[in-house]
Amino acid sequence: MKIERDFLEQSEAYLRGEMNALERKAFEDYLFNDDQARKKFEEHKVFIQTVKSYGARVDLQQKLDAVHATINIQEVMPKKPLVVRLWDKYKINSLVAASVALIAVFTTLWLTGFYSKDNTSQYIALRRDMNNIRQNVKAQNALIKDINKGKSGFSTPSHYGATGFALSSNGYVMTTYHVIKDADSVYLQNYTGNSYKAKVIYTDPGYDIAVLEIIDKSFKEAGNLPYTFKQNAADIGEDVYTIGFPREEAVYGRGYLSSNTGYSGDTIAYQVSIPVNPGNSGGPVLDNRGNIIGVINSKQTETDGAAFAIKSNYVLEALASIPDSLDKKLILNKKNTLANLSRTEQIKKVQEYIYMIKVY
Amino acid sequence: MSKEKKHTPPNERELLAGILKGEASSLETLYKANFPMVVRLVVNNGGDIDDAKDIFQESIIILYNNVCSGTFELNSKLKTYIYAVCRNLWLKKLTKKGIYSNIDDLEEKIAVEDDIESHKERDKQFIMMENALEKLGEPCKTIIKDFYIHDLTMQDICEKFGYTNTDNAKNQKYKCLQRLKRLYFG
Repeated sequence: MKIERDFLEQSEAYLRGEMNALERKAFEDYLFNDDQARKKFEEHKVFIQTVKSYGARVDLQQKLDAVHATINIQEVMPKKPLVVRLWDKYKINSLVAASVALIAVFTTLWLTGFYSKDNTSQYIALRRDMNNIRQNVKAQNALIKDINKGKSGFSTPSHYGATGFALSSNGYVMTTYHVIKDADSVYLQNYTGNSYKAKVIYTDPGYDIAVLEIIDKSFKEAGNLPYTFKQNAADIGEDVYTIGFPREEAVYGRGYLSSNTGYSGDTIAYQVSIPVNPGNSGGPVLDNRGNIIGVINSKQTETDGAAFAIKSNYVLEALASIPDSLDKKLILNKKNTLANLSRTEQIKKVQEYIYMIKVY
Repeated sequence: MSKEKKHTPPNERELLAGILKGEASSLETLYKANFPMVVRLVVNNGGDIDDAKDIFQESIIILYNNVCSGTFELNSKLKTYIYAVCRNLWLKKLTKKGIYSNIDDLEEKIAVEDDIESHKERDKQFIMMENALEKLGEPCKTIIKDFYIHDLTMQDICEKFGYTNTDNAKNQKYKCLQRLKRLYFG
């Protein structure tokens, strides 16, 4: 034990270079002569080397950690591509911007009534918006006032204008539902310029039909109606005409029946090729023999000559469902007195029964 | 070989000499010049900054050991050598994780397999020694470290630990060493 300890100490002293030349020589000689001692010495040397290299590595690692602590991680991290960095930076902003844009788009669409239209924008109901021509009317009023001082022109302009025609001689008038749907009061004006108050007694929104009754005391029963409703379907190509009030004066429009269906294949209407304008709504469509084949209600924009008229058989169907509890009996005319007259004669007779409808 | 030696710029040889001496400034230069490259390599191939640190430090230890052994000949730029070692180490680590991947790059490929193999052997010894010293406990651990690693004399150790004479200290050191050997080889 003691001998081994001394031997190792001597070995270490030798390795550390703590021996003088004489001692070194003696130790080397000893190792040279003793194989076992030499083997032991080598083993010990290797082991010490292992311990030393362990120490060196620990030391190195500590130094490396110290250096690493001084490194700025942000700087050495690889840079992401510009797009990715911008996205990281402005992600929130762009999301907010996108939502604002979406909200703006849909709000605008909603405010401009994009969603509230029942049909597409190509379809317009033919009631005349009086507010559009209010300026003209006012100018006209001013003119009238200038000419006939003291006499006032008509006062407030109506909201809508349209056309209607007599269903019977005792004051029932037919027009379209969309004309009177928001009405406060309804006035009718005949070709001579007499104005009558009327009330709505029946509506059928499905067929776009409304029946008015003249309740004005000044109304005198007219004679028998000259026209009748056509019971069966009219044929394509038939010559037809209408009289309506797209302006303050009755306007005659002539054309032909161009299709058996209405807007987007609507079977309750015909397509007629007659130049019609807002205000023609509710006007009768008559054939050559003076039979009413339909009632004008709409037209297609961006398409030439595509006006639509509710078919007479649907009008009759709607009239048949009017309840019996009316003030006066609604008796439809059965005798047509226009059949053999020329067009101008027909018009003269028919226009007496056609009214301009003013809705307030 | 001598022709290739020209590839190593003088400052790199100086740097290696500095590292061998354990100069902190040389290590810092080496670290700052090469670490970002390794971070890029590891982070772009599925690792994080800590993986990069481990891989890079391991490569420096390999370099250091090679330089220490005196057999090391740097036949390429230091950067290329470190990159090759790190690439190799990281691929091994990925494979160990069960991720079979390849690192596509245009870097010059140099053979570092042998260096890594001998490093593995040294690494094993290092871990064995670490464990043995851990089990050895105090004061033996410190005595062994002070004498063999920090090259303190027995006189210093005697004073540091308050032994009455150097013979006691030598006795204690001898016992510690015998235990360490048993732990290390056992």
